[in-house]
Amino acid sequence: MAKITMREAISQALMEEMDRDPAVFIMGEEVGVWGGTYAVTKGFYDKYGAARVKDTPIAENAIIGGAIGAAMVGQRPIAELMTINFGFSAMDYIINQAPKLHYMFGGQFTLPLVIRAVGGGGRQLGATHSQTPDAIFAHFPGLKVVSPGTPEDAKGLLKSAIRSNDPILFIEHATMYQVRGEVPDGEYTIPIGKSKVQRAGKDVTIVTYCKGLELSMKAADELAKQGIEVEVVDLRTLRPLDMEPVIESFKKTNRAVVVEEGWKSYGVGSEIASRIYEEAFDYVDAPIIRVAQKEVPLPYNRTLEQAALPQVADITAAVKEVLK
Amino acid sequence: MKKEQQLDLYYQMVLIRRLEERGAELYQAGKIGGFMHLYIGQEAVSTGLIAAREPRDRVITAYRDHGVALNCGISANEVMAELLGKATGMSKGKGGSMHMADTSKNMWGGHAIVGGHLPIASGFAIGDQYAGNDNITICMFGDGATNIGYFHEALNLSKTWGLRVLWVCENNQYGMGTAVNRASAVDEIRRKAEGYGMKNSEVDGMDVMKVYDAAKEALNFVRNESQPYLLEIDTYRFRGHSMGDPERYRKAEEVKKWQENDPIGIFNKQLLEKKVATAKVLDEIEARAEAEVVKAVEFAEASPEPAMAELFTDIYAD
Ligand SMILES: Cc1ncc(C[n+]2csc(CCOP(=O)(O)OP(=O)(O)O)c2C)c(N)n1
Ligand SMILES: [Mg+2]
Repeated sequence: MAKITMREAISQALMEEMDRDPAVFIMGEEVGVWGGTYAVTKGFYDKYGAARVKDTPIAENAIIGGAIGAAMVGQRPIAELMTINFGFSAMDYIINQAPKLHYMFGGQFTLPLVIRAVGGGGRQLGATHSQTPDAIFAHFPGLKVVSPGTPEDAKGLLKSAIRSNDPILFIEHATMYQVRGEVPDGEYTIPIGKSKVQRAGKDVTIVTYCKGLELSMKAADELAKQGIEVEVVDLRTLRPLDMEPVIESFKKTNRAVVVEEGWKSYGVGSEIASRIYEEAFDYVDAPIIRVAQKEVPLPYNRTLEQAALPQVADITAAVKEVLK
Repeated sequence: MKKEQQLDLYYQMVLIRRLEERGAELYQAGKIGGFMHLYIGQEAVSTGLIAAREPRDRVITAYRDHGVALNCGISANEVMAELLGKATGMSKGKGGSMHMADTSKNMWGGHAIVGGHLPIASGFAIGDQYAGNDNITICMFGDGATNIGYFHEALNLSKTWGLRVLWVCENNQYGMGTAVNRASAVDEIRRKAEGYGMKNSEVDGMDVMKVYDAAKEALNFVRNESQPYLLEIDTYRFRGHSMGDPERYRKAEEVKKWQENDPIGIFNKQLLEKKVATAKVLDEIEARAEAEVVKAVEFAEASPEPAMAELFTDIYAD
């Protein structure tokens, strides 16, 4: 086991899959000469050349639409959105084309396409550049949405995504590239659509993913010192959603807090809470609490921005509340 | 142009330069956050352009907006306060570097989605056309923004509907690290207007007087003919794309070559040669700009943070 950063994990996954399959190539803004805005593809341009590491114009529709087309004719493109916010400029392709084409044409062709996108707030980038809109993408059947919270998962899930024949949106978090974690030595993949218990506990279930995992693990550490044992279930994939570990955990703890960075209304937490109520109503001992972002566009000012984003203290407070 | 106005343009250019140099230091010191894109090297563009407008003409630009804000008459105090995220900034500290606007001065922002503000600029002109006035919307954007669909939709609409928009492409040779010819099918951006039957021209953006003259001519055309126009202005950013750019995509010699063409240096020389001012007068102007920036930093540092309640204001108007 080696301890590496999220950035290295994603970079390794990309490289290993490019080495393994010549059909895999990358296209996006500043992925080549610059080395990736978040330095994930640093060195790729020199190693693989311009044909496999394509610097595109600033043209999100051409990037995603183009990747869809290339995937339809048998290549395995990895399209990069510099940030997920720029995906809104290509919304038709991401939600109205990619998820539909395989189905609508009766499965005649596949779309082995990965869209890597950087999301999340906390860097003072202002309202249009700081969003965590994962839930809206997860709304659409036909698109798979993956968003890992550890380097191990990021690497294994990205490798699976690249090998998958479906269009997959792979969401990374802008503040997590330096997060370190153990990664297995050698070749491994992690299946898409499987949630995972990241920390075992018996008192309360926290359901979360991506940045929420980082915050929840910290909250769990703090709560452990106070004698509260939290079980943290990491969704890892938002669609298809694997509720099994969540329900199993909930049947044991009977109490849950759902943590996400996006807005609460119509969000991931709403989905998880309703599913728990639907699938395990008899086990409910307390109303489920959703910890999420305040319902405002994110401001630039650092203090205000931090106040709008979910914090560790919000999670510990929510856990204590469901335990009352 | 009158002597006083020429000296005022010189003052504006130096003010932008000094304010941003100080801004860069404050960014390094952690007092400014987020993305900050400096205009250093491009000062002659917005200074010449905005000097040519009537006060009733609207200006809209991208995120590289500090200079545009100052040229439109927003105070250095407010610009600096917004950079520091203070309540006294024109966007109350909620917008930051990329979102400077003061609609009372017809500065309609700082917009951070590349190309996203171009259809909005068409919209200003639709509104003004509908109102029956002859206001012009001056829409500034980078070379990189001409490769996204927004540009093409907005230009086509403006020509089809006879909208009074002056499209201004600031060709600073790169969109982030991508040189124009690596991203655009034509490297002479103005030729893109020809596909829409739109009048266009190109001007040297390191010479503020040339920019002013070209802008005057273009604005006259737009106002009188009720037609859009695309003006391509050649320029160069001396600093990285934003703070923390590793600048692997260009050579130091290239930057140096352009820096020898410093728009402030060029204008300084012209003013001396044309005997518009003595070196002493220009020195005084520089000192005045410097003092204005010192004052702005003091003002911004002493200003309060926005109140926590501000988080929930301005979400809706009703
Ligand atoms: C739709 C969209 N895609 C990508 C970005 C990221 N981005 C910000 S600035 C920029 C480069 C723009 O270059 P250009 O238009 O030439 O303006 P310059 O920065 O040179 O002034 C990019 C790619 C963005 N803000 N919006
Ligand atoms: Mg540019």
